[in-house]
Amino acid sequence: MNQNETILRVKNLSKSFGEKQVLSDINIEVLKGETMVIIGMSGSGKSVLIKCLIGLITPDTGEINILNNDLLSLKKKALNTLRTKLGFLFQSAALYDSMTVQENLAFPMRNNFDLSKAEKLTAMEKVLEEVGLAGTLQQMPAELSGGMRKRLGLARTLIMQPEFIFYDEPTTGLDPITSKEISELILQVQEKYNTSSILITHDMACAKLTANRMIVLKDGKIADEGNYESLAKSPISWIQNLFQ
Amino acid sequence: MKSIVDTFFNFLLNQLYRIGQFGLFLQHSFSSLFSTQSEWKETAKQCYLIGYKTLPLVGITGFIMGLVLTIQTRPTLSDFGAESWLPAMVSVSIVREIGPVITALICAGKVGSGIGAELGSMNVTEQIDAMEVSGTNPFNYLVVTRILACAFMLPLLTIYNDIISMLGSFMGVNIMGEVSIRLFFASALSEISFLDIFSSLIKTFFFGLAIGIISTYQGYYAQKGTVGVGAAANASVVISSLLIFILDMVAVQISSLFS
Repeated sequence: MNQNETILRVKNLSKSFGEKQVLSDINIEVLKGETMVIIGMSGSGKSVLIKCLIGLITPDTGEINILNNDLLSLKKKALNTLRTKLGFLFQSAALYDSMTVQENLAFPMRNNFDLSKAEKLTAMEKVLEEVGLAGTLQQMPAELSGGMRKRLGLARTLIMQPEFIFYDEPTTGLDPITSKEISELILQVQEKYNTSSILITHDMACAKLTANRMIVLKDGKIADEGNYESLAKSPISWIQNLFQ
Repeated sequence: MKSIVDTFFNFLLNQLYRIGQFGLFLQHSFSSLFSTQSEWKETAKQCYLIGYKTLPLVGITGFIMGLVLTIQTRPTLSDFGAESWLPAMVSVSIVREIGPVITALICAGKVGSGIGAELGSMNVTEQIDAMEVSGTNPFNYLVVTRILACAFMLPLLTIYNDIISMLGSFMGVNIMGEVSIRLFFASALSEISFLDIFSSLIKTFFFGLAIGIISTYQGYYAQKGTVGVGAAANASVVISSLLIFILDMVAVQISSLFS
């Protein structure tokens, strides 16, 4: 794959819940190795958008092509196969709280029969080291701090070496220092694995560090797009306010 | 006036939605039971958690039940000079009715509430979504495994409960007199037929199925928030218990046709 290849293409995507139109005519393209950051006020449709992109919510109309797959026409089995190439870091990290760190990491690999038990263990130790959580394999998620839980969520996402990662507010609820560490970790992952990503955030420091391009959503529509610097100088006051 | 009509209309619409959702859930559950993607390892784990972990509670309850039933029944039978019928009468009560229903109610309380709360909590904290995006079918992994475990473990727990209850009854009989364990069981089993045991096992299978289906449904579709988790656990117990009595009534009618 070359760097200019489009990894994700969204065309005319719309979604409504009852009479409320949540997304309207969304068009997005993400290139190989690119991180696209989506910002917008609460309720602007950001989370619904990425849940549509990974198939957790079915849109009313539109097309989603990701890694050369027409997402909306995939059968369940094919969709599950595709999802092994996608990663999703939830806002709450969504760790399996009845499982240990090791079991959390092993879960996405449970249907991967190509690796032996020892190879899986090595992969788990390696990914934990990468996110700065070495030696925590036997701990329960409840024993970890907020920042560590986010790191573990990221480790669980990375264990399958995804080609595309969705981040849903990865720094929400963290202190500024831990937020910066998580943002740097996201940047490292993108540089090391050349993954493409979509990142939703309200944290402008995180956006500044990670974004190649940005989209601003308002009332389910794309209000503006560009890089961090151009959007920060936007003549539209409410967009400028997002950056303060 | 308009708001009352609106509220009623919304309530009706919501109930219809829930009925439709439950219908689809049932259809999905039964079609997935025979799916090739069944999670046998997780099913075995759930059998251990639902079956083995419930043994102490079922055992203690069964023992006390057998003991108390014997002590309470003895005076009435004594009045009629039919004290020797005590083991047979208690065993018939336990095997046909009390054992299966009490075991099912214990499981509805312990297992049903646990499943409702666990899945509800997983739903609220996006763990079910996380499973789905990791390429695992959460329905097969979380729902089907628990339904199967409930359906298969309840008959086994009932057999265990029946045996412990009989031991309790044996102790109850020996409080006021002296009967050998051999004589006690010979007398107790003399009135038990194959149909009694068979119908008891069949109905507990359906009790287990009901507990599994209701609890997983309540948890899997718990509405967001901690209130929803509590409501799911509560509804799992209440609806499962009610359904156990309804199924028992139907089972008694059916088994009476064959006896």
